[in-house]
Amino acid sequence: MAGAMSPPFPAERGIEVYNKKLGMWIFLASEVMFFAALIGSYVILRFGATGEWAKPGIVLSIQITAFNTFLLICSSVSMVKAYAAIQDGFPDKMKFWLLMTILGGAAFVGIQIYEYIHLIEHGFVPSGFTEGSHLAELVENGTLPAATMGLYGSTFYTMTGFHGFHVTCGVVSMLYLYLFKALPGKYTPQDFGGIEVVGLYWHFVDLVWIILFTIVYLV
Amino acid sequence: MTTVAATAHATHAHHDDRSFIQKYIFSTDHKVIGIQFLFLTLFFLAIGGLLAMQIRWQLAYPGKPMPGGTLLPETMAPGGVLLPEYYLQLVTMHGTFMVFFAIMLLLVGVYANFLIPLKIGAHDMAFPRINMASFWSAFASGAVMLASLFVQDGSSRAGWTMYAPLSARHDYSGADFGQEMWSISIILFGLSSILGSLNYITTVINNRCAGMTWFRMPLSVWALFITAILGLLAVPVLAGAAIMLLFEQILGTHFFDPAAGGQPILWQHLFWFFGHPEVYILILPAMGIVSELVANGSRKPIFGYHSMVFAIAGIAFLGWIVWGHHMFVSGMNPTLGSSFMVSTLLIAVPSAIKVFNWMGTMWRGNLRFHVPMLHGIAFIAMFTIGGLSGIFMAATPVDMFIHDTYFIVAHLHYVLFGGSLFAIFGGIVFWFPKMFGRMMNEGWGKVHFWLTFIFYNGCFFPMHIIGMAGHMRRLYDPTVYDFLKPWQPMNEFISINAFLLYGSQIIFFVNFWWSLFKGKKASENPWEDNGLEWSCPSPAPHGNWETLPTVYRGPYEFSAPGASKDYLPQNLKLPTDRDPVLTPAAGH
Amino acid sequence: MHWWLPPQGSTFAQPIDTMFTWILVITGITFVLVEVGLVWFIFAYRERPGRKAFYTHGSTSAEVIWTAIPAVTMVILGLMSNGLWVKIKGRNSVPANAYPIGVYAKQFEWYFTYPGADGKLGRVSPSLVDKNSNPTGRDPADPAGTDDIIVRNQLHLPVNRPVVAILTAEDVIHSFYVPEFRVRQDVVPGMEIKSWFEATVPGSYEVGCSQLCGLGHYKMRAQVTVHTQADYHAWLQERTAKAQGEPTS
Repeated sequence: MAGAMSPPFPAERGIEVYNKKLGMWIFLASEVMFFAALIGSYVILRFGATGEWAKPGIVLSIQITAFNTFLLICSSVSMVKAYAAIQDGFPDKMKFWLLMTILGGAAFVGIQIYEYIHLIEHGFVPSGFTEGSHLAELVENGTLPAATMGLYGSTFYTMTGFHGFHVTCGVVSMLYLYLFKALPGKYTPQDFGGIEVVGLYWHFVDLVWIILFTIVYLV
Repeated sequence: MTTVAATAHATHAHHDDRSFIQKYIFSTDHKVIGIQFLFLTLFFLAIGGLLAMQIRWQLAYPGKPMPGGTLLPETMAPGGVLLPEYYLQLVTMHGTFMVFFAIMLLLVGVYANFLIPLKIGAHDMAFPRINMASFWSAFASGAVMLASLFVQDGSSRAGWTMYAPLSARHDYSGADFGQEMWSISIILFGLSSILGSLNYITTVINNRCAGMTWFRMPLSVWALFITAILGLLAVPVLAGAAIMLLFEQILGTHFFDPAAGGQPILWQHLFWFFGHPEVYILILPAMGIVSELVANGSRKPIFGYHSMVFAIAGIAFLGWIVWGHHMFVSGMNPTLGSSFMVSTLLIAVPSAIKVFNWMGTMWRGNLRFHVPMLHGIAFIAMFTIGGLSGIFMAATPVDMFIHDTYFIVAHLHYVLFGGSLFAIFGGIVFWFPKMFGRMMNEGWGKVHFWLTFIFYNGCFFPMHIIGMAGHMRRLYDPTVYDFLKPWQPMNEFISINAFLLYGSQIIFFVNFWWSLFKGKKASENPWEDNGLEWSCPSPAPHGNWETLPTVYRGPYEFSAPGASKDYLPQNLKLPTDRDPVLTPAAGH
Repeated sequence: MHWWLPPQGSTFAQPIDTMFTWILVITGITFVLVEVGLVWFIFAYRERPGRKAFYTHGSTSAEVIWTAIPAVTMVILGLMSNGLWVKIKGRNSVPANAYPIGVYAKQFEWYFTYPGADGKLGRVSPSLVDKNSNPTGRDPADPAGTDDIIVRNQLHLPVNRPVVAILTAEDVIHSFYVPEFRVRQDVVPGMEIKSWFEATVPGSYEVGCSQLCGLGHYKMRAQVTVHTQADYHAWLQERTAKAQGEPTS
């Protein structure tokens, strides 16, 4: 990879992990802390709230999101296949699977955006619910608890929004690698670190989603 | 795995055909980036100090027009008399600029960048372009923060600790968009910090030259490495908190809004969970620097090198479990108060170990009182005071009394100024030749040191006393309180020392700028030190060395028996030395 | 000018001040050892022609000694502190017979609610707050509150009687602080926090707000008067007669 300098001759043995991969693991450690702050706050707010929390499935669509989750998991699988392909010396297969991953990720983001628009139209916003909306009616008739809707909206949009932002960054990075590295044939079985490293990030983003899906949508 | 096309370091050292912009503006060279950080942070240090001068004017002479005050807008200081609107901005921005943009960036942005590759024998950082991104995002962050002073209703004004709900709502604080800009700036700063951390950690783990084993690394590198881990894990929490605050400010979320079930104390937990590791980020690199300065000045090995490493690690580890000591009276569960008290008292122990080891280093040394050594000794003396005053705060019943008083302000300035800033000044003088190829003037350096030392103590020591008297923090006008009126002469005394302190810094700034152009040309190793950075020319060239050095010994072999000089560089091969067992490059 | 800690005005003051003094002694000894040590080293070991530094990498026994002594000292301090902390702020620290006073903090004033003859404070609720007629949000439906007396910026206390301040805030975080009582407690909106103390010396004191709460933070001051028990009764009678349940200054 151009840019990183290191001695070409023997040096101190560091960790048996090359720089870019080590760097990605370290970066992911910081991402764990970032999401821990958001998710931790959600847990504290939800279980510290005196009122009831909205029941699953009323505000958020579990079916569509379940499909979206499946899509993201599939894109992690295609990422693994891309990595395996180049490792075994099949650059064309790698390009195909990388493209599938990008499309899967982009579809995930697209569906999330569609969901957000849908939710906002029904009155579900970061501050809770808007006056006179469909959601306001549900609060009115007691289907949704008025006292905690503010927290529900705040935590939902912050957590899923930042997750979506991370997925988008992943998609953009993979697109960059696809267009400027994979397609021009710059990856070889000896040199495919970029795929491995972006793959690590992608799997992390997927893992965070599985956690979010469980604790935000299902519980 | 992926071997880097070793972009011929040989060519780099001989023939540098980068353009001016590539060399000095958008540079990926860790030394240039370190120097860019230096100019940026010295600027913010000056600004932070200027804000402090105005705070001290108001405290000494409440209601009197401030010299230069008529330059301020009428909404902030009609007729030059500061208003609370402005005073609270001063207090907030002084803290913010000093903590983030001066001290943190000086220690991490300057020293980590400049020193790490040089001291471990690498050509550059593991990720030079990410390094450049780290600088420019810090620059952007600083620009946003500075700009926030100039928007409608000025900057945020809830203290650098930004407690919600005061910081979350314009109607509570009186600020306008300046509040949001604080959050945005901090988010950018977080990005810069995380990018920097991952670079430093990767570089130290994987890019050490042959023979530079973990326990031959200089303490400054250990300190910077462990600090980078702290930053990596703590700063994201601040970023998360700042995002939540920003959303509270612009999207109407309710994280900290009790009317909607939110919890104001949640902000404090998030902020201090970051905030406490942050203060160790602000001191550990300084401690690392002090080890270099004091060993060099004493011409003796560091006493207890391994203990020093474990003490740094111990401080860093314990630093994660003490955050609640900022919140003893916050309304959090008192049982938590007990547990945080225990961990806080314990963290005094590794700090004490370090002070005793520095003294052990000086003991029976052959002390040279060059300017860096003076600063190193001052650090030990002043940090001791700051650390000892912390014990009063650790004892929860006593903290009930001194929390949010000037006793705390005294403590934090003793560790951050008496500690970190003295180390920083010493470090700048020490590494100036390696950065710029010239020496700073020694005589004026000593004048600056003594004036700073005297006025600094005159300014901050009395704060312990008014704190004991109950003087609260962030008061626009202490004379509102009968019990504080008798202390105004002390406030005045503190302020006069502060003005003289700030004035004394002019000597440093003039020395710095003059020496850049006219300073005595420096040799390769003007301080007769052992670190690897002193084995390349002054200033260090792009790529640092054509051929990377090999290390044969630890970093503090001063006055070694049998050596012809009283220092023995790490990379000097003696006839009795064997080459290290060479291993294949660990998949760089 | 009183150069030491403020005069002791409550039962907490003496134990806290004693703790403070103990810590001052311990830190003072350390301070002297370190600073005098540094000055001595500076003179004794300064560079002179022909001198050489003593080459050593350290001493394990020194490390053990200067780790153990601070550690043991810290443990002892911790045990001493904790006992006192639990007495002041612990879960069950509020004496059963403590006289309740409602302390309501808002930008930038304090409202104190005194229980009337029934000795009980009425419920309050943020939703009932009206700036002019009901600044503390007293719930008219609660009979215990009908005889409550609300006074702005004046705290009246009986001497030698445990008082429990029931702290609530309207808007932002404030902090209830009386230096002579050595009492400090943050007042957090959305929380009701109890903080107890017992005044021991009749006289005049001040409440300062001790947590930055906005532009008027510096002047969020209240007057404290500690009365003898007899005078306190007299004051209470006078107030009760003046106005039932209406805020007055």
